[in-house]
Amino acid sequence: MNPHPHRTRNARDCLSLVLFTVLLGAFPISPGQAEETSVPESATWSSLKPDVFGNRGIEAASGIIAIDAPKRAEDAAIVPVDLKFNPGKAAGRIKVVTLIVDENPSPVAAVFKFGPDAGVTHLATRLRVNAYSYVRAIAETEDGKLHMTQTFVKASGGCSAPAMKNQDEAMASLGKMKLRVFPPNAPGTEAMNRATEMQLMIRHPNNSGLQMDQLTRYYIPAHFIRGLTISQGNRLIMTMEGGISISEDPNFRFEFDSKQGEEIKVEAVDTEGMKFENEWPSEPSAL
Amino acid sequence: MAQSPSRRTVLKCGTALAAAGLLPISIPVRPAFAAEEALPVEEIADGIFAFAGVDALMTKANRGEICNVGFIIGEEAVAVVDSGGSVAEGRALIAAIRAVTDKPIRYLINTHMHPDHCFGNAAFADTGAVIVGHRNLPRALVSRGEFYLSSYRESMGEALMREIRIVPPTKLVEGEEMLDLGGRTIRLKAWKPAHTDNDLTAFDEKTGVLFTGDLCFLRHLPTLDGSLTGWIEQLDVLKAVRANRAIPGHGPIPADWPGALEPEQRYFEALTRDIRAAIAAGVPLADAVKTAAQSERGNWHLFDEYNARNATAAFAELEWE
Repeated sequence: MNPHPHRTRNARDCLSLVLFTVLLGAFPISPGQAEETSVPESATWSSLKPDVFGNRGIEAASGIIAIDAPKRAEDAAIVPVDLKFNPGKAAGRIKVVTLIVDENPSPVAAVFKFGPDAGVTHLATRLRVNAYSYVRAIAETEDGKLHMTQTFVKASGGCSAPAMKNQDEAMASLGKMKLRVFPPNAPGTEAMNRATEMQLMIRHPNNSGLQMDQLTRYYIPAHFIRGLTISQGNRLIMTMEGGISISEDPNFRFEFDSKQGEEIKVEAVDTEGMKFENEWPSEPSAL
Repeated sequence: MAQSPSRRTVLKCGTALAAAGLLPISIPVRPAFAAEEALPVEEIADGIFAFAGVDALMTKANRGEICNVGFIIGEEAVAVVDSGGSVAEGRALIAAIRAVTDKPIRYLINTHMHPDHCFGNAAFADTGAVIVGHRNLPRALVSRGEFYLSSYRESMGEALMREIRIVPPTKLVEGEEMLDLGGRTIRLKAWKPAHTDNDLTAFDEKTGVLFTGDLCFLRHLPTLDGSLTGWIEQLDVLKAVRANRAIPGHGPIPADWPGALEPEQRYFEALTRDIRAAIAAGVPLADAVKTAAQSERGNWHLFDEYNARNATAAFAELEWE
């Protein structure tokens, strides 16, 4: 954990334009890279990218992956982000999706890995967004290529903090899970889509641990879901390696190729080594 | 988990630029009142004074003076209810107290964690006042304090923010507790999660005036940062408080009691109904918050600023029912 809670937004805002120019000079982009990277740059991403993806080239998403998030984060603690996947035939299926909030103290929100025949076409979750930030998703297709899309989210104003609203409740029901299986005609699902849509909810404070105790000057230890596996029967649907940028009570709504009659199993593990497991039938739940 | 060591580089660059004088430096704006000028309070009842904040977001121009603050004068001492949205406002509140009494300020009551109510705490450092808050208030300030200090910097400006400190309460209230001001007792009540998870009300037994904190909003859209169902459930308990007038957290003062709770109750009912219907129909959060409680839009100030946020929090809470 590399806490930088003292970064102040005004400084960053003032700096962003200046830094953009400075960093272009400081981190020259080779002509080859520049051609590949046809997406807008941001100063933070330029410095972050090598840490996450090394010197691998990243292409524009070109429809392989699409991201949607509100332009303004209404509640900094709960920012819905929606990902749609359409890899087409050339690139092969999407193996991994990395979700990043550039300006958060721990930018990598989650890494999702999909089972070979899971057929995940849509994934929605909720993020904490601390400051004005790009939220980006990078998909790795079977051919080994990376494809990136991003959207800019303005932080919510004022007193909406990316913190727990009801801390006692969050701890009291730790690890409780809920799975909803949506009927095929539910709002928000594609018409004529044969995939099944589900929503997994896990009660967990997903505490960022980055806040400093004003009295003791110690940092509160982080406590979050770090691993999650969703499977159907013996078939892997997806795994998630999570971070503190996933909202309290992690929530995942996704569409995939469901095999009728096979149970959905979920295993989650948090940073204190606590394991949470549950399973459900895959028939639509009463709404 | 990949971290960003090079972020340090970014920050160093920033420091260097600032040192080189390359960054725009915000020019301090003359405050609305000079430091010694008193906040324009009005006497609501015998020995009870209050100032009505404006229905706005906290800005440099309004010095964060957006909530209602006040004070109660006993025979021996004074209790202040909320310190305001800046140290400048806190000082102006102290000046208002000194304009009517020289009795010591014994208590500063923080009704909850939000910056418009407690950013002025540092102004009271030299008064000897004991800061009083809900049992959960220190914890809430620990997890939000740093964020509040950075997130308001842009709208409030460096001059006001420079002197603001997160000062937690030292006297904590669980359940009910009485404060003695000499010939006058103030009944404090710590509530279960509602507006926040650290709401505290102050009731003056002598005059029947209730300082509701943000458990009561009038005209300014209520903001939800605790538990919607908890707030709704406790409205009946609040209504049963035998007050004859109230100082709501936001809105005109004084207000009729318990009539002052009716507008927010109506809003909560609309919000709850719409969000529950959306959840039942499987509408995703991002879509549901666009339409929820829109029937209430014309009834409130700052509706567009806060309704979608309330709906977001309500959705995440009600989904677990």
